[in-house]
Amino acid sequence: MIRGFWAIYLREMMILRRRLLRQIPSWAVSPTLFLIAFGYAMGRDMTVDRHTYMEFLVPGLAAMSSMTQAFAISSEINIARFYWHIFEKFQAAPISSTAYVLGEVLAGMTRALLAVLVILILGFAFGVNLSYNFFFWAAILLNSFIFASLAVGLAMLVKSHSDQAMLNSFIITPMGFLGGTFFPLAMLPDWAQNLLYYLPLTHAAKAARASAFGSTPQLTSYIILLAIGAIFFIMSIKCVKMAKD
Amino acid sequence: MIEIENLTKKYKNLTALDNISLTIKSGELFAYLGPNGAGKTTTIRILTGLTKLTSGCARLNGFDIVHDELSAKRQYGLVPQSINLDRELSVYENLYIHGRLYHMSTKPLKKKIQELLNYVELSERRNTLVKKLSGGMKRRVMIACALVHSPVILFLDEPTVGLDPGMRRKVWALIKNIQQAGALIFLTTHYIEEAEFLAQRVAFIDEGKIVTVDTPENLIKQQGEWAIDRIVDGMMETVYFDSREDADNYNSCMDERFTFRKVNLEDSFLALTGKKVK
Ligand SMILES: Nc1ncnc2c1ncn2[C@@H]1O[C@H](COP(=O)(O)OP(=O)(O)O)[C@@H](O)[C@H]1O
Ligand SMILES: [Mg+2]
Repeated sequence: MIRGFWAIYLREMMILRRRLLRQIPSWAVSPTLFLIAFGYAMGRDMTVDRHTYMEFLVPGLAAMSSMTQAFAISSEINIARFYWHIFEKFQAAPISSTAYVLGEVLAGMTRALLAVLVILILGFAFGVNLSYNFFFWAAILLNSFIFASLAVGLAMLVKSHSDQAMLNSFIITPMGFLGGTFFPLAMLPDWAQNLLYYLPLTHAAKAARASAFGSTPQLTSYIILLAIGAIFFIMSIKCVKMAKD
Repeated sequence: MIEIENLTKKYKNLTALDNISLTIKSGELFAYLGPNGAGKTTTIRILTGLTKLTSGCARLNGFDIVHDELSAKRQYGLVPQSINLDRELSVYENLYIHGRLYHMSTKPLKKKIQELLNYVELSERRNTLVKKLSGGMKRRVMIACALVHSPVILFLDEPTVGLDPGMRRKVWALIKNIQQAGALIFLTTHYIEEAEFLAQRVAFIDEGKIVTVDTPENLIKQQGEWAIDRIVDGMMETVYFDSREDADNYNSCMDERFTFRKVNLEDSFLALTGKKVK
């Protein structure tokens, strides 16, 4: 049933390898700016939960990047589909929709992991050295699983490139800022906290940060992330099946 | 073998394909000739699982395209109308990914790619990025891709559109060659010469309907063998003749400008549909 997913994954990796030298700087730019502006300049004397603001920021940025970079495959898929007709090649091949989604989602997750690695190295350069243990990576992986799955599904529904850009500015960017990346959610009023509780990024940032700070993250965060990921994954398989005219 | 039974495709209120039935034998080189918008691409897209059919059914080597989708998909190679190669990858990488999509293992795949690159005369370009190739080369890479898994059916949707005459001849030779190796070829075209030169049988398609199916020779014979085109009151008029003698007799008593030529598929298309292919 998932036979052929490796071909999909391999193709994305071949393209990524060709672009890597351009890709790495692009992964580094905005985190560097955030680290300088918020971490170094403004947050110098600030502490959050007995950690420097810089230490608070790095796991949050990692969670945010795992979201944006996993989601970024959406526009790649969209371009490959509408400009280069590549998707038709997969539709004509004897592979299932599940295999296709799995291959693309794994590619999105790989991309997200590499981007997070770049951030951790940057953080290290700014003197942030946290504990990047199993729970940290599990939160990052689940978060990228969620957004890569969402990306594949939406790429099937979205008909044009400008719609794709709208998704980014109305969903992904706001979530990046509100999902506990830059400030503790406890600073917000209750109603806002309750609302943000439903965003996957909130849980990913919380779990990644707790793990990086050496405490035990809440199991419920992981369960919620996994459940959302599974739902998105199944929905995107359905979207791929429907993507025939 | 391709079997199509009462195939219909509707897009909202437009009937793109209207109750089409066709049987194409294994090893046959079959051409689907019709003007733009006739429904050629739609037929191929339905047979290859890219577009859903509205009603009717079709089988590829006995596998139903809806109920036995994945098995049906293994039967054919597809060269679509628009280029569908990865521009940022090399020729070799494109072929490699294609083979992996058809579950080929690495060793036989590598061998096959080398063989195909020689076949389409692109061995020296194996590591060139696709975006740096000419249109004719891309076409040949697409044909090579479609052949990687050694399919017994090959769909070619307007394979020579946009190619210069020299490259067109080259692609034609390649297509004949593939057929001689035993494949069934289903080709769409709106070029008369392409259908005449390549096909063993031709279907005329117009406005989603199959008008007729026959060998090019029979279709032409229905009109006669020779034709004279002449301008009468600013309108082109064509007269058909069964023999050269009749035609000679006719044109000896004419004084205005005229063209004397052999009858071709365009004439029979015109006779059957009331319009030209182009
Ligand atoms: N996705 C689509 N939605 C609506 N109409 C379509 C679609 N694809 C094709 N058509 C229509 O179906 C008819 C047949 O198109 P097509 O099969 O592409 O013709 P051909 O390949 O013979 O030029 C045309 O009228 C075309 O406009
Ligand atoms: Mg067409």
